[in-house]
Amino acid sequence: MPAADLPARPAPRRTRPPRGGRALRGLVRFTTLMLAVSMVTFALVGLSPIDPVKMNVGQVSYANMSAEKRAQLRSYWDADAPVAERYARWASAAVRGDLGESLRFSRPVTDVIGERAAASLALMAAAWAISGVVGVSLGVLAGAHRGRWPDRLIKGYCFVISSTPTFWLGLVALIVFSVWLGWFPLGFSAPIGQSASAVSLGARLHHLVLPALTLSVAGVAGVALHTREKVIDVLESDFAWFAQSRGESPRQVLVRHGLRNIALPAISLQFAQVSEIFGGSILVEQVFSYPGLGQAAVTAGIGGDAPLLVGIALASAAIVFLGNAVANILYGLVDPRMRQGGAHGTLR
Amino acid sequence: MKQDGIAGARQPAVGALAAVPGSVGRGAGEGAAAPGASGPAAPAPAPSAHGDGEFHHHHTHAADTRHPGRHHLLTVQNLTVAFDMYDADAPFFRALRRRQEVVRDLTVSVHTGEILAVVGASGAGKTVLADCIMGRFASNEEVSGEIWFDGELMDASGLERLRGRGISLVPQSVTHLDPLMRVGAQVRGAARGETRSARAADARRRAERQRALFADYGLAPEVADLYPHQLSGGMARRILLMCALMDEPRLLLADEPTPGLDLDLAVRALGDLRRFADTGGGVLLITHDIELALRVADRVAIVRAGTVVEETARESFEDPSLLRDPYTRALWHAMPKHGFQVGAPTGDGDRPACGPQGAGEDAAGANR
Amino acid sequence: MARCAEPHPSAAPASGGAHGAPLLHSSAVRGRGNRRCLLIGLAAAVLALAAIALAGALAAPAAVATDFEAKSLAPFLAHPFGTDWMGRDMLARTLAGLSSSLFVGLIAAGVSALIALALASAAALGGPRADAAVSWVIDLVMGLPHIVLLILISYALGKGFWGVTVGVAVTHWPSLARVLRAEIMQARSHPSVALARSLGQGPVRIALTHMVPAVLPQLLVGLVLLFPHAILHEAAVTFLGFGLSPDTPAIGVILSEAMGYLSGGQWWLAVFPGAALAVAVALFERVGSMGRRLVDARTAQE
Repeated sequence: MPAADLPARPAPRRTRPPRGGRALRGLVRFTTLMLAVSMVTFALVGLSPIDPVKMNVGQVSYANMSAEKRAQLRSYWDADAPVAERYARWASAAVRGDLGESLRFSRPVTDVIGERAAASLALMAAAWAISGVVGVSLGVLAGAHRGRWPDRLIKGYCFVISSTPTFWLGLVALIVFSVWLGWFPLGFSAPIGQSASAVSLGARLHHLVLPALTLSVAGVAGVALHTREKVIDVLESDFAWFAQSRGESPRQVLVRHGLRNIALPAISLQFAQVSEIFGGSILVEQVFSYPGLGQAAVTAGIGGDAPLLVGIALASAAIVFLGNAVANILYGLVDPRMRQGGAHGTLR
Repeated sequence: MKQDGIAGARQPAVGALAAVPGSVGRGAGEGAAAPGASGPAAPAPAPSAHGDGEFHHHHTHAADTRHPGRHHLLTVQNLTVAFDMYDADAPFFRALRRRQEVVRDLTVSVHTGEILAVVGASGAGKTVLADCIMGRFASNEEVSGEIWFDGELMDASGLERLRGRGISLVPQSVTHLDPLMRVGAQVRGAARGETRSARAADARRRAERQRALFADYGLAPEVADLYPHQLSGGMARRILLMCALMDEPRLLLADEPTPGLDLDLAVRALGDLRRFADTGGGVLLITHDIELALRVADRVAIVRAGTVVEETARESFEDPSLLRDPYTRALWHAMPKHGFQVGAPTGDGDRPACGPQGAGEDAAGANR
Repeated sequence: MARCAEPHPSAAPASGGAHGAPLLHSSAVRGRGNRRCLLIGLAAAVLALAAIALAGALAAPAAVATDFEAKSLAPFLAHPFGTDWMGRDMLARTLAGLSSSLFVGLIAAGVSALIALALASAAALGGPRADAAVSWVIDLVMGLPHIVLLILISYALGKGFWGVTVGVAVTHWPSLARVLRAEIMQARSHPSVALARSLGQGPVRIALTHMVPAVLPQLLVGLVLLFPHAILHEAAVTFLGFGLSPDTPAIGVILSEAMGYLSGGQWWLAVFPGAALAVAVALFERVGSMGRRLVDARTAQE
């Protein structure tokens, strides 16, 4: 998916609140966000006309079922209580770390998420790293050669890729590398039912390559385009012009001032990218039958597995929040304006 | 503009015109006869060929002002700058492109050892002039005219080569410093040299000079380890100046070097420019503040609506009758010590810049 | 002014400026009117949209017509995109799918732009509390990955056409809202607005004469740029099984069905429909980014 909705980096604050205050504020923000996300997802799931009982038992057996059996099942799925009451019950359990029982997997939601998250994180981390390194390099190359052929080439590539549906990219990769060339296993031959520990590391890596590359190729476009914009911003800044006015060549300006100033936005972009990568991973996991969070989310959504859906929504929000938080912390560590914020005009 | 402009393949020798009035044809013949010759060896009259206060190159000054090599250090001649842009008044989608002239036929010269102040209201074209001298052009900009540096006619790439190697810019604000680089390193700048060892030697020389400059301008050595956001206004100003001085320029181009400074610091900053001029360098000082300009400059060029209406010695401002242009005289009357007569005949609503009071307002919208 | 001793053919890099003086620099963008190109581009995009919609409508019967005589055929002249396992013509299915994707995209992008405009106005004009509230909502929407939120909303609405349309509409406005908010705030603080107010003009008139002209270009461009995202996300959600129902010919449906036949080597089932979608998306992306360049301050004079 194109990454045009990357959140803009919050402007670095000049004066910094005390460290403890910042951590506390972050915690408050995290808590309110989690609360809001859980409420919204619960409300949405509660709104749904999709009947979890029908969904899970199957139409035919549902029709053949006795009334008592149905009522028993309904109370088991908790389908009759009002949304607010269910939410209250869920929330009080959630605070204790119990996100309920997955209807589809018949296991605690936290277990399912934990197992799936490990697989998803491996996929996302690989794609994140590759798209970050390649994307930033291409972005710098394009920005430094603005308007000339490397720029056009890279912009063209990004343009084509960002117009291309990620899942289609995955399908084409499957056709070429798995069906035609036979280098990688076809998605559906992945041992879905098998528990994670039963698969050897080599086999798992083998299954990881194609999804990770697909996700990276899609991610590169967004990172490269954003980096290019930043490079152009920096090269058009007053200080880049001043360096040039002192006789520094464009290359010297880029090396001495450009990279230094691009590093910061690149870091935060890279972490803000987490949301995009997560979204892409859902599609890619579906295409490659990769047993991660995304696939579990789709299974939960199709199957009306409300507790798992809420759990995954919370997990994804937490991952995105974490990405942004890490970006902010790194920013604070690298930027001298944040590090020594209070020192304005103290020396004369 | 009734005066004769003169030009040659070499920079027209100073005073040539004054010495041979009506030399229109002569100049042209010379240009044709010596194509490509752009060296300083002009067969021209003696340095002070023009008399005291005689009008040459659109300006006057005392005959003993220095013209080494019998030419000006910098001459900008007939500079015209136009931007090709959308008509701002037309509706968005119907807007046509049109040529908008921001500088028209501007001529100005700087001698060695002097400060020339280019004074004008914001939007008069001062910053465009500075950009042209530094060889910085926007993509939708069309620039014609001549720029001579030390007797040589420069083209765009020539001006680019002069950056930091003859002409140094003293920019307006602290935003011209890299926010993520310690100021000591910024003052030292990039080491030059073909080989690694040459660059290392240059880096050592630069470090030395940086320390000397710091001592010279009264900054503690620790200041070198600060980041720009930690500098006070006065310190930032000195750092910017030192960046320019690091490259040992012959001409300093100071673009509004005083905004945001109180009068004391502003005078001090200008004093630093004076010091540089006194050691034999030339300074082109661009400012909207005529009072400040008159404090430090040797000569003043008044810019209005993209052209120089008058380029004259500071002393002329002691008596309005010495001023040739009505706008300049209006400006004179508008100065605080002459009673603020802003209603003086200034023409088409173009308010003259005046004094620190007016300057405050100007600074807000000054310079694109 | 008497001009003399000019030009200098030898010393000047290029002779003959407007004044006969040597040209130091010439304008690279002279005379091009990109704003008009944008208008033409927009018109072309609308035409393309109409053409695809028309073709889709015409192809609709063919898209569901089965022909078991001609099933699973690789592309050839009569079926340029091949046929599927039920003998349906993939070209017809692709066209019909594109037109339904465009339809969903159009509604979703339009609604999304309206939401963005409404919230941006509220944030910019409704005081600091409204501003904080809007930015909190933006944070919330951005706090979840798009696809996750889309799945949730679509699930809440029982999937299908409305599920995906509402989902896309509700998730795509934040970036545009931010741009519009800044734009409205800038327009509001423009001196001419204060002048109009002091002249006693009513808020509606001020909004119409000062705000709308300032915001409209950004809104139009934002709308066009939302469009490709909306289409892509619709296809993605449909592909996952939360969007358009499996019996409508939609690109997402086609591709998710094709998954089952890839191992049999029927590549054309996936390649052509996806590529067609990419081309349609690229078309709108192009027009949108062209427009963005024109309304951005930095490149506005190009």
